[in-house]
Amino acid sequence: MFKRVINDAIADVVFDFEGAKITARSGESVAAALLADDLLSFRQTPVKDLARGPFCMMGVCFDCLMVIDGQPNRQACQVVATSGMKVARQHGAAELNIDQADPA
Amino acid sequence: MSIDIIIIGAGPAGMSAAITATESGAKVLLLDDQPTPGGQIYRAIEAAGDKQATILGPEYMAGKPLAQNMRSTNIEYVADASVWQVTDEREVGYSSNGQARLVTAPAIILATGAMERPFPIKGWTLPGVMMAGAAQTMLKTSGLAAEGAIFAGCGPLLYLVAHQYLQAGVKIAAIVDTTAKANRLKALPHIPGALRRWDLLSKGQKWQSEIRKSGTRIINNVRALKVLGDTKAEGLSVNAGGTWQNIPSDHIFLHQGVVPNVNLSFAASLDHDWDEQQLCWRPKTDQWCGTSIDGVYVAGDGGGIGGGLAARASGEIAALGSLAKLGLIDTAARDSKAKTARTTLRRELSIRPFLDTWFRPSDDFRVPTDDDAIICRCEELSLKDIRDTIEIGLVGPNQLKSFCRAGMGPCQGRFCGLTVQELIAKQTNRPAADVGYYRLRPPIKPLRLEELANLQIEEDENIKF
Amino acid sequence: MSTSYDAIVVGGGLLGSAVGYGLARQGLRCTILDEGDVAYRAARGNFGLVWVQSKGIGKPIYADWTMGSAERYPEFSTELLDRTGIDTSYSAPGGIHICLNDEEYEDRVEKMSTLTSHQNGRFKHEMLDRKAMLERLPALGPEVVGGSYSPHDGHVSPLYLMRSMQRAFVDLGGEIKNDNRVLDIQKSGDGFSVRTANENFSTARIVLAAGLGNKALAPMVGLEQPVRPVKGQIIVTERQAPFLDMPTTHARQTGEGTIMIGDSHEDIGFDIRSTPQVMQTIANRARRSFPVLSKAKIVRTWGALRVMTPDGLPIYDQSETMPGAFTAACHSGVTLAATHAMVYAKYVADGQLGRELEGLSVRRFDV
Ligand SMILES: Cc1cc2nc3c(=O)[nH]c(=O)nc-3n(C[C@H](O)[C@H](O)[C@H](O)COP(=O)(O)OP(=O)(O)OC[C@H]3O[C@@H](n4cnc5c(N)ncnc54)[C@H](O)[C@@H]3O)c2cc1C
Ligand code: FES
Repeated sequence: MFKRVINDAIADVVFDFEGAKITARSGESVAAALLADDLLSFRQTPVKDLARGPFCMMGVCFDCLMVIDGQPNRQACQVVATSGMKVARQHGAAELNIDQADPA
Repeated sequence: MSIDIIIIGAGPAGMSAAITATESGAKVLLLDDQPTPGGQIYRAIEAAGDKQATILGPEYMAGKPLAQNMRSTNIEYVADASVWQVTDEREVGYSSNGQARLVTAPAIILATGAMERPFPIKGWTLPGVMMAGAAQTMLKTSGLAAEGAIFAGCGPLLYLVAHQYLQAGVKIAAIVDTTAKANRLKALPHIPGALRRWDLLSKGQKWQSEIRKSGTRIINNVRALKVLGDTKAEGLSVNAGGTWQNIPSDHIFLHQGVVPNVNLSFAASLDHDWDEQQLCWRPKTDQWCGTSIDGVYVAGDGGGIGGGLAARASGEIAALGSLAKLGLIDTAARDSKAKTARTTLRRELSIRPFLDTWFRPSDDFRVPTDDDAIICRCEELSLKDIRDTIEIGLVGPNQLKSFCRAGMGPCQGRFCGLTVQELIAKQTNRPAADVGYYRLRPPIKPLRLEELANLQIEEDENIKF
Repeated sequence: MSTSYDAIVVGGGLLGSAVGYGLARQGLRCTILDEGDVAYRAARGNFGLVWVQSKGIGKPIYADWTMGSAERYPEFSTELLDRTGIDTSYSAPGGIHICLNDEEYEDRVEKMSTLTSHQNGRFKHEMLDRKAMLERLPALGPEVVGGSYSPHDGHVSPLYLMRSMQRAFVDLGGEIKNDNRVLDIQKSGDGFSVRTANENFSTARIVLAAGLGNKALAPMVGLEQPVRPVKGQIIVTERQAPFLDMPTTHARQTGEGTIMIGDSHEDIGFDIRSTPQVMQTIANRARRSFPVLSKAKIVRTWGALRVMTPDGLPIYDQSETMPGAFTAACHSGVTLAATHAMVYAKYVADGQLGRELEGLSVRRFDV
């Protein structure tokens, strides 16, 4: 399990993960905050429906994909956590939401 | 206002290039996809204090003045800006805050750095398995470490991170060292060349002995690895010297060196060479870091692995090369200003043949032998899937890609390209260099369709100096 | 020494693979010669439509030939699946051409009635108003005024189609020789000798199906192939949950869930770069048709070269001076694959092209 070994930053960001309140340090990624909260599995793959979690933490593997503020397939390791964000696991392929579409 | 030089990547190479160029009067746009400057080696450096200094060491802290210097220089630095295309007409397409832009400049320096080499063993896709560099990134950005983790693989970074863990007082379940014994003999002839950075070698020795003294278990002579677990990692099965043993842990950190992150340079259609010593592709460059496209330069680890100090030096050289080309300095000034950087670069590269040989990842860890080991993580294709496809009679990764979708997922081949290339080479009995690499296309990072549709082309009033 | 075959197919793209498979299916000992890993390949860059409703407007002969292929597709893809276990993702739910303004709609009405008049009722279609369009494709945007629907249309994964044809070909004893760019073809005895960069071959029959390469090869067997490249750019999104039930002329959802959006027609020579300006135009049109695509993420774009003939119709010929040599070129290798494998290959095996292909000879360009 991940633990904080350096505790010098203020943890004042609070976001929602599937109904739970997660506290993050300002400036850190959604992925880091969730890993600190002991979440390892971030999504189910679209091909074989298998569990995956962050692998590279530098934006190159695309295994940390989540639904963030309604947008599917965002790289949780590249998105800085902000207060009030809504985060959920990505299940399979991205959904295109016809009702939310805004014409050009 | 028009830009003279666009620099992509704010690691050591990009920052030093930006500083050097601006000092000579160039208007520089520095784009980086991270929220703060530093690149991989100096991630989150601006926020680092005493605690980080103790755990991460002076090499990490050396990035702080560099970042400060970059901030205080008149550089247009855009964070969270992800570059998805560079064309041969020196147009740079990038996105930030959900808005895509296309900017042009007479010179472009790619300083996009390295990524960790794929480590395709059975179970490497399970949650809980990460790269060792990822473990280090979490330490740097969030002060996070995993208690009781396994570090497996080879290379300096593996031991560096393990050592940093110990500095932080975090216990490690085991270090599983996959370095092949046979490498040592092959590396011997390179020792004289490496002596100029003997300090680095002795530092490595010091880490190792401190790790050993801490009582951390170290397993050598490792021939094969499998991650245990069905839905998440539960441990590592290790074949050392012919016998298998299981080590339980929820966290497994893999590492077998770093390779240039070539997606942007390939997508920009730069010519590349296969580097047999470093087992990777690198853009062809001249002595000023110029590439096969006029006005496009490559600096830092993205042009071949040399480490942080080499990256800084090559950043300066690329900046000087482009300044001279733009007529902002003359060639005499260019040559004299480049002297120190060249000396540094030579010194830093002197140790590479030794390191590259000693830590050369073994064949079986680059191309797996387990039929069900996943090779393409995105499309979830196993060794067997790929082998069966090659068998039809195809000769290269692009045919393979089109036949089974390997490399077509969101990571765009970053974690399967080298494996696929070497697998084809092995199966068709040809040198890896002849097999070639995926033909990569923009965007090198997924881009929302509306961003492309709303693309702002050319002059951009948001860029100011 | 050179290896000897009943037939050699030059070119391992969609056309060559279909013909090769068709010949192997006739029991011929056959090899396909192709270039290396990186070449100008329309086969790997195309859109994957099996499309009837735009083909041969004003050219009944081509409309018939296309329809014939579409009609054979179900049998063809089932046969491939049975032989290889590879599912080509072929389906024919019908297809839609979207019109974004009244002018486009009027133009479409006229084209569809021309096509109908060619074929004595064999071609079926419906013109749909906006409401009827929305019933079929609820994701359409407000700018869409209507469109045409044809039940004959469908789509297939061009990549799996290639793979299954090549797999079936190899399983029937065919050989695929990559890295064998053909340099020279000579008449020799009753057949031909063929020289590539790596090897020599001899063969009784030869089919030139090398796409744009045919232009240089055809004169070697006494024929002409006036083909030129027309670039098409395509963008493709990451996998999405199903949202588009049937293919349209400019966007289709693949079996894997990715959405392919295309494609431009650019007459600019051997250039396959992805250009931001054209990509932007394609993205814009897609968004006007399907606003919901705005949020979809593009993972890849590419440019590929179509093999274009002067009138856009295929060219099929057999050499009079060198009997046993055939040339074929077309830009709809996906749609025509079934007919190429099941009909055209038979003609080659018999040594005589069918009557219906007379009008598609290169001689039509002689004035
Ligand atoms: C995960 C990891 C950890 C490492 N840790 C260490 C270490 O502790 N010590 C050590 O000596 N070496 C370490 N290395 C090696 C070290 O990264 C390099 O030697 C050094 O960082 C190279 O500097 P650079 O400027 O070339 O690249 P980098 O430092 O990698 O900087 C490149 C920058 O470009 C950005 N970028 C990349 N692509 C784009 C794009 N398309 N658009 C916009 N921005 C982009 C990146 O996010 C990054 O900020 C590590 C490597 C990795 C991969
Ligand atoms: S963890 Fe690899 S992209 Fe986020």
